[in-house]
Amino acid sequence: MSAAQTTPEQRQKVAKYVVAKVDELPPGGRLIVDVDGRSIGIFNVKGSYYGILNRCPHLGGPLCVGDVVPDVTSEGQGHMELDESTMWLTCPWHNWEFDITNGQSYWNPKRLKARPFSVEIEGGRAVLQEEEEGVTGRVKGPYQAEKIDVEVEEDYLVVSLRPLRPGQQVRPAGPADRPTPLKEDR
Amino acid sequence: MTTALLEDTTRDALWSGAVIDADVHANVPGLGALFAHMSPVWVEGIKERGWRGPISVGLAYPPGSPTTSRPEWRRDRAVPASQLSWLQQDVLDPWRSEAAILNCYSGVDSIRHPDLAQAYASAVNNWLIEEWLGRDERLHGSIVIPARDPIAAAREIDRVGAHPRVRQVLLPVRAERLYGQRYFNPIYEAAVRNDLVVGITWGGTAEDAPSPTGFASWHAEEVAAETQLYLSHLTSMILEGTFSKFPSLRVTVMEGGFLWVPVWAWGVNKKWKGLRREVPWLQKTPFETLRDHVRFTVAPAALGPEEHTARTIEWLGPDNLLMFATDYPHRRDDDIGTLLKVVPEGHRADLMGGTARDWYGL
Repeated sequence: MSAAQTTPEQRQKVAKYVVAKVDELPPGGRLIVDVDGRSIGIFNVKGSYYGILNRCPHLGGPLCVGDVVPDVTSEGQGHMELDESTMWLTCPWHNWEFDITNGQSYWNPKRLKARPFSVEIEGGRAVLQEEEEGVTGRVKGPYQAEKIDVEVEEDYLVVSLRPLRPGQQVRPAGPADRPTPLKEDR
Repeated sequence: MTTALLEDTTRDALWSGAVIDADVHANVPGLGALFAHMSPVWVEGIKERGWRGPISVGLAYPPGSPTTSRPEWRRDRAVPASQLSWLQQDVLDPWRSEAAILNCYSGVDSIRHPDLAQAYASAVNNWLIEEWLGRDERLHGSIVIPARDPIAAAREIDRVGAHPRVRQVLLPVRAERLYGQRYFNPIYEAAVRNDLVVGITWGGTAEDAPSPTGFASWHAEEVAAETQLYLSHLTSMILEGTFSKFPSLRVTVMEGGFLWVPVWAWGVNKKWKGLRREVPWLQKTPFETLRDHVRFTVAPAALGPEEHTARTIEWLGPDNLLMFATDYPHRRDDDIGTLLKVVPEGHRADLMGGTARDWYGL
């Protein structure tokens, strides 16, 4: 099943898409994938995974091809240091900064946001089961052509298209967040 | 600005409420007037050498130029605005100003001698305090400093800054460096310590160009170009973090206009949004920082067509940033009536006095 093959009824149900094998996105890496007609950047920031719509809310630039950089903080004139606990995705057009974990812009966090998507790690068995139930689809690429591409012993990155509720934080997917069934899959 | 004769109208017809004049000038009538306020060693040295005073006064305000004084305020060959009674008759009384900020641009910046610059600045300040502030309670003064030497400048600010009617420190807009550079921090530190406003005013060193990119050929050109220097200093002070370092610092822009502010500030905001990682101490937009720390006197106002001017003033933001001033004795052709008409109704009392009262603690 793929996005292209889903019927409108199915598409309503399909809210998650398999976008890559976990191993294909090492720390510091990114993938830009087409999910149900939307270009989405998937990032691995020190083992946590984040998804952001590849469209800058400023003027529509390809946000997800920009640099991912740590924050620079200051306690006053002439003082600056790196704060790697906040990482900014910077738009290649005007260098505006967006918090990679939730899409909030630096200078107007309440009103100017890039659109975030949650990315989770799921084991192959769970993916296949959800796919049969019509909950999870696959994006174009190696995960579309043949079912055999999703293998039960592998872990996959699954992006959810469900809109986040206002104020809801994206839960980063990382080793600590791994759902327990995954261990059983291994 | 309509003043001496209030032209074809009356003070009450223009504005019946309180008035504070945020920029009037006193001019030194001649070097001799300062001798009583200066150490004898300098008086002697000046006389021996036949020194005739700092050159930049005449460059900033050429004595015969129409901009230097309204014709009604010239008295024979006397230096305009060089007597208290003239200031009183010409503007304070007709406007019934409850207070005025008195500035003496005295050209200290063009004195290269480090000790004479200090002595001269001190003499001007002593003269202003004794001969002007001491004789009219409406007057609140600005002091001059040897700005080439920030340590000496800070010392002078501490020497006279505690005087109850000293409210401001003057920095001339033509300088050899941008005022946001940390070199000047001792001046801001002393201003804040003494609860004084820093007023950037017309004039300054003649050794650097009056425009950011070179020397103008004509006085008319210079007068028009020099406005750019205010933009350069404000950009510098905001981005270099002067206001982060001194959160209580207040700056007044005098004789610099104000209608350029929103359009310029939008541009600086835009650059900050993309480049702010270089200047992380600036945590608000440059325009918000300016609204917190900077006010503008309105002479010259250089107004455009009414409807465009009204809109531009609206762009300055929700609070009034403007302070009424006559800029006595300089001849300004602006019409305060038009300005009053185009500012939002709720801002008028602030424009005419409220903002200056709060800003200077009057």
